[in-house]
Amino acid sequence: MLELKNISFSVEENGKTKEILKDISLVIDDKKFVAITGPNGGGKSTLAKIIVGIEKPTSGQILFNGQDITDMSITDRAKLGMSYAFQQPVRFKGIRVKDLIKLAAGDGVSVSGACEYLSEVGLCARDYINREVDGSLSGGELKRIEIATIMARDTELSVFDEPEAGIDLWSFKNLIKVFEKMHEKEKTIIIISHQERILNIADEIIVVAAGQVTDMGTKDEILPKVLEGNTLDSCKYYKG
Amino acid sequence: MDQIQKTLLEEIAGLHEVPAGAYNIRANGSMAGRNTTANIDIVTKEDKQGIDIIIKPGTKNESVHIPVVLSQSGISEMVYNDFHIGDDCDVTIVAGCGIHNGGDKKSQHDGIHTFYIGKNCKVKYVEKHYGQGEGTGERIMNPETVINIDENSYMEMETVQIKGVDSTDRVTKARLADKASIKVIEKLVTHGKQYAKTYFEVELDGEDSSANVISRAVAKDDSYQVFLAKINGNNKCAGHSECDAIIMDNAKISAIPEITANNLDAQLIHEAAIGKIAGEQIVKLMTLGLTEAEAEEQIINGFLK
Repeated sequence: MLELKNISFSVEENGKTKEILKDISLVIDDKKFVAITGPNGGGKSTLAKIIVGIEKPTSGQILFNGQDITDMSITDRAKLGMSYAFQQPVRFKGIRVKDLIKLAAGDGVSVSGACEYLSEVGLCARDYINREVDGSLSGGELKRIEIATIMARDTELSVFDEPEAGIDLWSFKNLIKVFEKMHEKEKTIIIISHQERILNIADEIIVVAAGQVTDMGTKDEILPKVLEGNTLDSCKYYKG
Repeated sequence: MDQIQKTLLEEIAGLHEVPAGAYNIRANGSMAGRNTTANIDIVTKEDKQGIDIIIKPGTKNESVHIPVVLSQSGISEMVYNDFHIGDDCDVTIVAGCGIHNGGDKKSQHDGIHTFYIGKNCKVKYVEKHYGQGEGTGERIMNPETVINIDENSYMEMETVQIKGVDSTDRVTKARLADKASIKVIEKLVTHGKQYAKTYFEVELDGEDSSANVISRAVAKDDSYQVFLAKINGNNKCAGHSECDAIIMDNAKISAIPEITANNLDAQLIHEAAIGKIAGEQIVKLMTLGLTEAEAEEQIINGFLK
């Protein structure tokens, strides 16, 4: 179980303090598929980064399976069982797709095992396994490789930041299948997304806007409101 | 040959035992082993230190190993090795120098390797430099490589210095005839207070000659590297040089590429980029469970691959 207690996060900008997240408290139960949605700039990505340790909250507490992980490093959280798929995957010179999947899986993955992950994200393993994870790959290809690394990690909790961005329509179907399969394996999934089809397969939806949770509940409760645009007063938030 | 020399040999030439084919092993200033074959002869120079390696025309799929090891502190030597490669050859040459300095005196190996490559040849030349030893004496290597490539021949040169060389001044000069081409891949890592200077000078004299000089460098701690690559396009030719460097700690790197087109049909490109490891690369690998140090190691290993 993941629990965020009174999480706030602020940055200094031009000598002024800007609040990105304001007193967010929420609980994500085990094996749940939770989608976080809301307008751009509302703090969703920051929230994901705080969960996996890339950013440290200004105040508040994070508990993972009852353990306080607020001051824990990214590495230690990863070892505890958290994965994170970047919104904009990182490129590496000289590191091959195979190397990255092996690093993600730990020592135990074979080349054929790595190929299976690639096939599941719709990439022909033979064409990609020895490619470098560098500028020669398109944004969509990188996104899919990023998702394959998360599958290889097979952790208790996986956090995806807009996994659908840059993915073509054909791959999108596969992407949905990938998430459904992870969910069937009883893993906890948090996905930041604007896509109705992803929101539609979630158990719960959390709406984050202007650094606050403005609505949360089951998919059936929240999705109709999101689609009608009733979850937030956009003018109020966009005015800052 | 003692254990230290064997370790050095393994580091620079990947050799556990004597190699197959032709070889000449030089240890502490004198010959420690030699083998010649029907096609490859090795002859000691009489007027100065060094050897002539003579490869008969038409020699295919053969190799020559000529490693140098210094395990005695305080040795300074200057060696001249000349390679005479006949027409239509396809050969691999593995050179390299390993220094173990357990004392407080300077150990230095300077060498000039000169290649005379005939027509229609394919030559792979691998050169590794490595230093070790607990002594305070400096480990210095100054290799100079002079390459003459005749018509329609190709040479690939891989030069690697990963560890333990305190000071190096590396010079590589190449002159290419018609349709000749050269690819140089340099991998260089410096640490501590090491200093490394690399100078490439390529004269693209021949029509349709080409050169590709690629350097991947990592400078750590307080080390300092200078990379100079000069390509002169003197005919219809193509030249490309690329220096890609990672800088860490308090290290410094200068990259000075120079390209000169002396002919209207010369196409020359240079690229140079120096920067620290991108923070997001480290973060990504940490999210896979690696520590920051392990992440850096993976990134550097990949970069130098």
